[in-house]
Amino acid sequence: MSRALYRLSAPLAALGRSALGLLAAIGRVTLYAFEALSHIFRPPFYPREFAAALLNVGWLSLPVVGLTALFTGGALALQIHAGGERFSAEAVVPQIVAIGIVRELGPVLVGLMIAARVTSSIAAEIATMRVTEQIDALVTLSTHPMKYLTAPRLLAGLLVVPALVAVGDVIGIYGGFLVSTGSLGFAPGSYIQNTWDFLTRADIASSLAKGAAFGFIATLMGCYHGMQSGRGAQGVGRATKASVEAAAVLILAANFLLTNIFFAA
Amino acid sequence: MIELIGVHKGFGAKQVLRGVDLSIARGESMVVIGGSGTGKSVLLKCILGLLEPDAGRILLDGQDVREAERDAFLARFGMLFQGGALFDSLPVWQNVAFRLLRGRLKRPRAEAREIAVEKLRRVGLGPEVADLLPAELSGGMQKRVGLARAIAAEPEIIFFDEPTTGLDPIMAGVINELIREIVTEMGATAMTITHDMSSVRAIADKVAMLHAGKIRWSGPVAQMDASGDPYLDQFIHGRAEGPIETLR
Ligand SMILES: Nc1ncnc2c1ncn2[C@@H]1O[C@H](COP(=O)(O)OP(=O)(O)OP(=O)(O)O)[C@@H](O)[C@H]1O
Ligand SMILES: [Mg+2]
Repeated sequence: MSRALYRLSAPLAALGRSALGLLAAIGRVTLYAFEALSHIFRPPFYPREFAAALLNVGWLSLPVVGLTALFTGGALALQIHAGGERFSAEAVVPQIVAIGIVRELGPVLVGLMIAARVTSSIAAEIATMRVTEQIDALVTLSTHPMKYLTAPRLLAGLLVVPALVAVGDVIGIYGGFLVSTGSLGFAPGSYIQNTWDFLTRADIASSLAKGAAFGFIATLMGCYHGMQSGRGAQGVGRATKASVEAAAVLILAANFLLTNIFFAA
Repeated sequence: MIELIGVHKGFGAKQVLRGVDLSIARGESMVVIGGSGTGKSVLLKCILGLLEPDAGRILLDGQDVREAERDAFLARFGMLFQGGALFDSLPVWQNVAFRLLRGRLKRPRAEAREIAVEKLRRVGLGPEVADLLPAELSGGMQKRVGLARAIAAEPEIIFFDEPTTGLDPIMAGVINELIREIVTEMGATAMTITHDMSSVRAIADKVAMLHAGKIRWSGPVAQMDASGDPYLDQFIHGRAEGPIETLR
């Protein structure tokens, strides 16, 4: 091959390689996800690990989820009011806050907060276990790391993140309510009535379904990248970073996909 | 009982094991010696299936370890890792009793705890450490907890990766005796890695020396001093001059 042709083809080859690498990574993650899911349903089960994961993923995330939702709901109410005023539609604040929070911001913000809080801690913990041979030790003690470490965390993510999203939705709406009744002159009774009348069952179901999907993605990425960790402190750092990046991007992509499925008819 | 035939293992371009042949009989205490970084720990991990050899065969009772049913296979082994590898989220006694708290060897918590405390005593640790977390222990204490965990379920075959490094000479003596006892009294098969020649003499029935990815010499411990192998002699006597190259 002539040198010129080679020069031309080199960037293409690099592009091809990285595309192949990406496909391979997607394949690995998918296989990992299916294997992990299958372990959720097959004994032995580790109830203590599951309880610890519930506590860590769910209960201990409540403060950060609550605060995030509260401030976002408040800011949303202000913006909608300011924007609505321009064409004298400021009365729609309760309805738009409800839709914005329940359909989009509640699940997405909770998902991202879980990625920041839970994905990172799972990845760092499992990566450290890998680096200090604790995963090897688990295996020699006849315990499957996938069952003992991954399955309880995934299950906790699947079950408890929807609950967190529900809490986030309620607190987000409450944030809008506080701002609207406190400084925008809405009457509390009719604000709540309007919110309640406007939301449909499908809105709420989609919110919870997104929560389950994001909880799954967040815990899966933590476990997967933790297990794949390279050696040493640097390996742990890389694994943690990669897990949070992947979780955040995948959550946003999944959100787009799910919104398309649920609402674009 | 354990037989390795032409085992190769490399990482990337780096060849670590280049055809290891070794056999260990039932109830025998084999000690593997060799320079730092020659692949002794890698060898143990290959036998346990934690690392996949690139070539060669590993047999346990004549059966290829890759074909063995994994749970039953692992249930026969105990392993002390070089770094201890304690689970840092669990208190010491739950580390020691890990196998006894779940899976097929599961027993009541109180009983498991009792066994853990007894095993801790055998490695020279009092009951007061049982409820501490591994991070609260010194390096040598962690090593001994790892040792207690390896022997807790009384496995048939036990691997010790440097059981006495980081211990004071008296405690090292205690641990050497313990390993010897486990082999003679419980009839266990042991494979120990160590750099400590007094440990070798205290523990070993047979000695194998790993050098340049192969077993350079192996034989009964009594013949070690009269082997006539310059590599082994240099290692035993810790001489800087000899056929084994040292960088300075
Ligand atoms: N997971 C791994 N990835 C890459 N290289 C590895 C891995 N494990 C071991 N090695 C390399 O294999 C070689 C042998 O390592 P090993 O831990 O078996 O040495 P060792 O004989 O036990 O040494 P020491 O006496 O210092 O413990 C080392 O050079 C090490 O860098
Ligand atoms: Mg080693």
